[in-house]
Amino acid sequence: MTFGSVTVTMLGLLFVTFIIGRVMPIDPVLSIVGERASKSTYDAVYNQLGLDKPLLVQFFYYIWDVLHGDFGTSLLNARPVADDIRRVFPATLELASLGVLFGIVLGVPLGVIAAVRRGSWIDQIARVVALVGYSMPIFWLGLMGLLVFYGILGWVGGPGRVGIFYVDVVPSVTGMILIDSIIDGNWTVFKDAFSHIILPASLLGYYSLAYVSRMTRSFMLEQLSAEYITTARVKGMSERAVIWRHAFRNIRVQLITVIALSYANLLEGSVLTEIIFSWPGIGSYITTALLSADMNAVLGGTVVVGLIFILLNIFSDLLYRVFDPRAK
Amino acid sequence: MTLLDVENLWVKFPTRQGIFDAVRGVSFTLGRERLGIVGESGSGKSMTGRAILRLIRPPGIVTADHITLEGQDLMTLSERDMRDVRGQKISMVMQDPKFSLNPVMTIGDQIIEAYRLHSKSTKAQAYDKAIAMLEAVAIRDAARVMRAYPHEMSGGMGQRIMIAMMLIPNPKILIADEPTSALDVSVQRQVLSIMDKLVTERGMGLIFISHDLNLVSEFCDRVLIMYAGRIVEVCDAANLHEAQHPYTRGLLNSLPRLDAPRKRLEVLKRDPAWSEAPSVGGRQ
Amino acid sequence: MSETQTLRAWLLTDAPTSRRHAKLASLYKGWLSLRSNSMAMFGLAILIILGLIAAAAPLLAPHDPFFQDLGNRLGPLGAEDHVLGTDSLGRDILSRLIYGSRITLYIVTLVALIAPIAGLLVGTVSGYAGGWIDMILMRITDIFLAFPRLVLALAFVAALGAGIENAVLAISLTAWPPYARIARAETLTIRSSDFISAIRLQGAGPLRIITKHIWPLCISSLIVRVTLDMAGIILAAAGLGFLGLGAQPPSPEWGAMISEGRRFILDYWWVATMPGLAIFTVSLAFNLLGDGLRDVLDPKDSGQ
Repeated sequence: MTFGSVTVTMLGLLFVTFIIGRVMPIDPVLSIVGERASKSTYDAVYNQLGLDKPLLVQFFYYIWDVLHGDFGTSLLNARPVADDIRRVFPATLELASLGVLFGIVLGVPLGVIAAVRRGSWIDQIARVVALVGYSMPIFWLGLMGLLVFYGILGWVGGPGRVGIFYVDVVPSVTGMILIDSIIDGNWTVFKDAFSHIILPASLLGYYSLAYVSRMTRSFMLEQLSAEYITTARVKGMSERAVIWRHAFRNIRVQLITVIALSYANLLEGSVLTEIIFSWPGIGSYITTALLSADMNAVLGGTVVVGLIFILLNIFSDLLYRVFDPRAK
Repeated sequence: MTLLDVENLWVKFPTRQGIFDAVRGVSFTLGRERLGIVGESGSGKSMTGRAILRLIRPPGIVTADHITLEGQDLMTLSERDMRDVRGQKISMVMQDPKFSLNPVMTIGDQIIEAYRLHSKSTKAQAYDKAIAMLEAVAIRDAARVMRAYPHEMSGGMGQRIMIAMMLIPNPKILIADEPTSALDVSVQRQVLSIMDKLVTERGMGLIFISHDLNLVSEFCDRVLIMYAGRIVEVCDAANLHEAQHPYTRGLLNSLPRLDAPRKRLEVLKRDPAWSEAPSVGGRQ
Repeated sequence: MSETQTLRAWLLTDAPTSRRHAKLASLYKGWLSLRSNSMAMFGLAILIILGLIAAAAPLLAPHDPFFQDLGNRLGPLGAEDHVLGTDSLGRDILSRLIYGSRITLYIVTLVALIAPIAGLLVGTVSGYAGGWIDMILMRITDIFLAFPRLVLALAFVAALGAGIENAVLAISLTAWPPYARIARAETLTIRSSDFISAIRLQGAGPLRIITKHIWPLCISSLIVRVTLDMAGIILAAAGLGFLGLGAQPPSPEWGAMISEGRRFILDYWWVATMPGLAIFTVSLAFNLLGDGLRDVLDPKDSGQ
């Protein structure tokens, strides 16, 4: 992506959210001033919100505000949306990062082995794992996980980030409770937080694993049939060195893109997961706002997630240029 | 002196329509000579080369009474022992350097890797050796080429690098599988004469696989002609134009000749009996 | 017997006698290779059964899916008269699942019609016209691709209001860009081929070329993609239903049923489990069929 196309994409993203905000059946003025406000109060707020200006001007105001980190005020709690998002975002980041970590650590080796031993039982298992992952509703799998591992077996903590006694025990530094409890040296909280995050993170990790392992497998198959692999074998290399030093080195770049995409997908997948696990992240935030018609909060959340999507794309693009000698 | 002795080599691939025999009972020997294997695509000439190095992957099946290299039957070696044969004793140059060099490793790393796999040497020694080898294949500015990536090289240069990489462990036999087919005509000769010079200097055996009769007759001592997985004729390269087999004759007649110009080139007519006839021995 | 033999031979010929003959022969060969893929056949069988269940829902359902019996709430599995138990309002879960298959098929069919057709239009126009039209259309496609799909669908539904039609619209709005990309890529290759030049020399206009020559050639790659996307569409629709933004109560939509059963998950697990299994089965079937179709129609990408 060039700088220009990134800018255009970002503007487009803002334009779409802006339009969604304008076609909303909810009157933003009414929700501020209330049903019984006088005509003059209504008009004053109407003008104050800039609604008397042409749409294009309003759009520029909107961009201006977003560029300054201003997503408006939440209609529900009257706090700036940006503050709310800053508060809830680390929870999602923590969850999704752990999920992606699972996906990479398990998915990449699984994909490589499945490609190398094509048609073997391990390839079949990898196929079934991915197929089930692609077919299972994430929120349902989450419920089943809660039922089995929390309800029946009692192995993990239930919904929420920590048990009720540990809420706000450690000071928030990063907003990610696992890291905060390490900084604080409070291992009781760490253990409790870990037992709460492990189930939703494995759940997200499973979806990431399904995607990453499939992609890894198909990239590896492509490389393994390449002629330079024969060259490496002719040199007398061991099969393990052929696979990891030659074939795998060639898929690293593609894998980075897949992992970035998987990360983006998990940020999105966390919307449903967070609801199942009462996880106070951006997904919960958007849905709660949605159900209470708090449009500023919904659009603010959407813009932030969209921007992260674009940033991840740029990031993987940059890494591509660093790692692939042909891209220079 | 015989370097390599191949007896009754078969290469089979199971397909949905039954087993396909790519190579059917081929026998030949290779001395310190330049042996050409000629045939059209699908005649099994490449498969023969790869089968000697045991590079045919499952589901392909290779059988042979023996493939003897210096008194050792390659067919009985373990995969681990076979790795010591590859590169160190028998090496192979493939068709297109664009695909046969690893695109994300520097050329230096790839050559050094080939050397250090078979010799206990420091990186510095390997580096010096690689530079010397690159100079031996007539590459100027070897130090810069060492740092470069394959896509920055031209086809002719790429193939010379490939030759350097394959000869650096000092093998006894080089299999060259259509080494110039992907190159511009203008650099084909140059690459071939470099390869020829190195092979002769080192007293190596060369198996030159090609579809180009003229090239083979020029660069080889002896020629095997393959058709449908079998050797149909063996002759000295110098006497190729006196070949007897109708397939060889047909191939020769379909090529233009400067010394005997003709109005109209012949189209090869095939006889199903050719593929049924038993293989001719390529022993000497 | 001999009649079918000759029909088979006629279909398997290497030398078709007419255009229709060739088309039927290639369809038949595709079918044969799809039939040899047992997983794909399994998926197809499930989908056919689903279609039959949806069509015959009133005959198959043992109860009225909306009939409440508060005296018989949260009945267990295998209870007399309620094989899969009852939900929190005493409604028969099996009957609701059977009727729910209609909603699932309805959503999937609508999205599978709207999104690829929209994508096909945008993609072929973009690819055929080129220039600034192409640039603008592709930039718009990129913008939609840059959005996280579910979040965008959420925002759309929020703007349009909850409901099954709006859910369909929202999912379609987020689903069309990949089809546009595919159609554009196909158009670009087809446009520069010789037979298009020949047709143009014969005087065919752009409209005719696009509709008669480019569209038919884009179809097969779009079909593969649609079949593979079906599972995603089902999951997205169920997700919206689960969030209360899709089908509204008392409609027996499977996602909404899970949402309702969620409150009782620890004590009455089957209420949420059964609709989830239904969703899983159907999207698995679509994935299996999609994989098989891809192997037949688009061998270069096949996983085998």
